[in-house]
Amino acid sequence: MSRAVAGPEIERLIQLLGRMPGLGPRSARRATLHLIKKRETLMAPLALALQDVLGKIVECQVCGNVDVRDPCTVCTDIHREAGVIVVVAEVADLWALERANAINAKYHVLGGVLSPLDGVGPDDLNLGKLVARVQAGGLDEVILALGATVDAQTTAHYITDLLRDSGVKVTRLAHGVPVGGELDHLDEGTLSAAIRARTTL
Amino acid sequence: MEWTDEGIVLGVRRHGESGAIVELMTRARGRHAGLVRGGASRRLAALLQPGNTLHAVWRARIESQLGLMVVEPVTLRSDGLMRSAHGSFGVTYLTTLLRLLPERDPHPGLFATLDAILDAFEAPAAAGELLARFEVALLAELGFGLDLTRCAATGGNNDLAFVSPKSGRAVSRAAGDPYADKLFPLPTFLIGGIVPPSLADMEDALRMTGHFLATRVLEPRGLSVPDARAGFLAALRREMAPGAGAR
Repeated sequence: MSRAVAGPEIERLIQLLGRMPGLGPRSARRATLHLIKKRETLMAPLALALQDVLGKIVECQVCGNVDVRDPCTVCTDIHREAGVIVVVAEVADLWALERANAINAKYHVLGGVLSPLDGVGPDDLNLGKLVARVQAGGLDEVILALGATVDAQTTAHYITDLLRDSGVKVTRLAHGVPVGGELDHLDEGTLSAAIRARTTL
Repeated sequence: MEWTDEGIVLGVRRHGESGAIVELMTRARGRHAGLVRGGASRRLAALLQPGNTLHAVWRARIESQLGLMVVEPVTLRSDGLMRSAHGSFGVTYLTTLLRLLPERDPHPGLFATLDAILDAFEAPAAAGELLARFEVALLAELGFGLDLTRCAATGGNNDLAFVSPKSGRAVSRAAGDPYADKLFPLPTFLIGGIVPPSLADMEDALRMTGHFLATRVLEPRGLSVPDARAGFLAALRREMAPGAGAR
């Protein structure tokens, strides 16, 4: 058993940082040492920012996004196309689409996908509010931006069924060759999806 | 400990940053899980999707451990399955059902049935028939087999037309007609009939197997019928409706 090299407060900080995605115990120690070295310029502002966000963070009651205001920044943005909703599984997917600047629409965050293995059923997802938003009218299209996994696509089919009688166009993302992808490096499933989804030039 | 086998992916769960715990229905060892290193990578994540058949090598120091699994593709079907509603719901339902089996309990017949079913699952007409057959096979594997070979009342094997909801045994038309409203219709495709089943036949078959699965398998375990089954049935009705283009 290794001996503690610092007081319990510092050890606790290392432990907590080690729980972050992408950080293990060694990198948590490095991050802690870095914070200690930069106490004034990094540690104090970080502590304040964490405290600030912790006190203000809320889930948007419209779309399920997380923000410090409700409705969130995305929902209140009047420059976004109001007739299109992009349905994503997680907030990380919303951020990824925004990072790509791929579409100027509003979003709806499900909070996961249907997964019998993990015990996630329709009641565990943010589906009721999606149906309510569609029923409220004013929408032209719902884009199901869900992953290319069986669970995600089962969720997409489930949502399509829910919205079938709404009269709103329901679309989903294409599956196939990624930009910059070389065919001989692609997995068989992606190649097969790309062949099926081929388009006429 | 080490074995090599073929297995159909039933489910996968991320483990840490890059690994995945995959659950396979193997040919010789039944339902078996293992840790796949790098299972979250783009290449392996595409393989580790429900419905795909993989070649798996499992290694562990002692048998009771989770063990490490190395996988290679054999038949990749998940892309085709997830494209259609009946395929997505169907494979989700099939994999959920197989989790009723105890772990590491061999069911080679069920593996072969599942493998054959998934190969033909993309066509909705075949999927409905095969799912009903799979449920009959699963009931038998779990010890609740239906007796569809002879009449429970007369012992004969001619003109079997009903199934008793209590005994799970077939009943001939002559003996069952007076009680037809209390019995399940027995579609002929389940007893070797050569006429391709209609949507109504499939619905009859699935109503019957659904009753026995619910009352004999799921309810005693405190489980309800998985939602994916209703999704599969709704998709089947839609895709096989006149004008839907299903074959």
